[in-house]
Amino acid sequence: MSPRPGTLALDTVRPVATPEGVELDLRLAGPIGRACAWLIDLLLRVTGMVALSLVLIPLGQLGMGVWLILLFLVEWLYPVAFEVWAGGATPGKKLMGLRVVNDDGTPVSRWASVTRNLLRAVDFLPVLYGMGFVCMLLNRDFKRLGDLVAGTVVVHVETSRAASVIPDAPPLAPRTPLTLEESRAVLEYAERAATLTPERAEELAGIPVRLTGTEDGALARTRLLQLANHVIGRRQR
Amino acid sequence: MKQEAFEARHAIEWREFEGWLDGRKRARSEGGRTPDTAIAAEIPQRYRRVCQHLALARDRGYGADIVDRLHRMAVGGYHALYAERIPSRSALLAFVSSKFPAMVRGERRTLAVAALLFFGPLAGMIALLQYFPDLVYYFIAPERLAGIEKMYDPGADRLGRTPEADSAFYMFGVYIWNNIRIAFQTFAGGLLFGLGTLFFLLFNGFFIGAVAGHLTQAGYAETFWSFVAGHSALELTGIVLSGAAGLKLGMALIAPGRLSRTQALITAARDGAGLIYGAAGMLLVAAFVEAFWSPLTEFAPAVKYGVGLAGWVGVAAYFAFAGSARGS
Repeated sequence: MSPRPGTLALDTVRPVATPEGVELDLRLAGPIGRACAWLIDLLLRVTGMVALSLVLIPLGQLGMGVWLILLFLVEWLYPVAFEVWAGGATPGKKLMGLRVVNDDGTPVSRWASVTRNLLRAVDFLPVLYGMGFVCMLLNRDFKRLGDLVAGTVVVHVETSRAASVIPDAPPLAPRTPLTLEESRAVLEYAERAATLTPERAEELAGIPVRLTGTEDGALARTRLLQLANHVIGRRQR
Repeated sequence: MKQEAFEARHAIEWREFEGWLDGRKRARSEGGRTPDTAIAAEIPQRYRRVCQHLALARDRGYGADIVDRLHRMAVGGYHALYAERIPSRSALLAFVSSKFPAMVRGERRTLAVAALLFFGPLAGMIALLQYFPDLVYYFIAPERLAGIEKMYDPGADRLGRTPEADSAFYMFGVYIWNNIRIAFQTFAGGLLFGLGTLFFLLFNGFFIGAVAGHLTQAGYAETFWSFVAGHSALELTGIVLSGAAGLKLGMALIAPGRLSRTQALITAARDGAGLIYGAAGMLLVAAFVEAFWSPLTEFAPAVKYGVGLAGWVGVAAYFAFAGSARGS
């Protein structure tokens, strides 16, 4: 799978093609984040069941019966309920910024959610998701056995961050036309310029001498910002 | 077109689309419906335009910020438009009345194997223990056996109970928690090349057979059989169905045919999930019968045998005819 031009070839980003003819990137979640999500869920479930037992056990055998039914539901259907009705994420996954989707990136379907969660019984073997962990290391998509069979993946949720503003500078046309990679690099530099320390910003700017025509960091930094202003099409004010 | 002009031209459109997505997300987390805003009807077109903008932005090498923003919008729209439909109430009815029995008929070969693996040891043990009663101690510890015998004491006014567990509702909880769990484990065990399923089917077959054989031979025949008769059809069939679902997973791994193993597993699981829904439903009803009907001693054993037989006839008729051209 070759990466799209102008993107990094990260091995945990999986592109899926949509019927509209664009590629969406699934950012796959690894074992650590998923284990944390599972622990949070476990804590929630245990706390919930203990709290319920305090209320229900004193009610005698009727209460115990209700508690056992709830235990069954919490043990097996808790993840299914959240995955199907709450946007593909249990509370633990939500806190960790994860969600379950089908292989094609669509929201997880019901049968898939049931399947991947029933198969936890096998993934859990011999202890603490041993099989699931080994399985996750053996395929490219960090799938445990349940994910393989259900055709699902766990991905990081797209989070929006505040759009950065490219600092204003008089636009400057490059001496030779920029390639796609170059113009992207210039833009990304300009977008990040405000978050870098001046020293680092100048150090980075000193690298593309071909674009800036100077090795002097401060001057190169200004030139790059000017180039960026040209690339995004700002007019001379 | 330069990036800034592009952003300026589509800014309003994008903000509206993002606004709709945010509203949808908020509504979902509060459990409500997506608000019916002015642009709701145009979402498919607008989503396609966002996709087009994303493709353009990437192709023209626009900055990461704008590409990421469009990507987020496209993902949001994709999730909104390509979600699975919420099943209607009639879909559940259709599953029970025709889809599930038809599915079971379609799996009759797998089902026969699962039934043999379960009922074989069960019947074998019952027969064997009539002639060699002591063999039961190879399977069940004497203390446990004594406990089981107590549950079917002919003098008891409720069958299948121990003094510590003497409420119908409590036993209902126990049966749900225990029996449906066994069904789920039997299904999941199929992923170990079918060995897990094989283990659960054989183990439960031998165990139930040992209990039944021993109690029959030891003089508890009437109490035991009148207890199990009522729920036997639903419960045993449910276990066999979950076994069949597990065997399908196992077979997909052992003999995937012309598919890759992963693809074969996905196909098998999609069918298997239907069997598991049905099996869980049957075990739920079985748990109810087992908790509230089976322990009653007010009815003569003959009545309870009759009900049990009717259960078997009903289950057989359901799977033979429901949803078929002849039966509908």
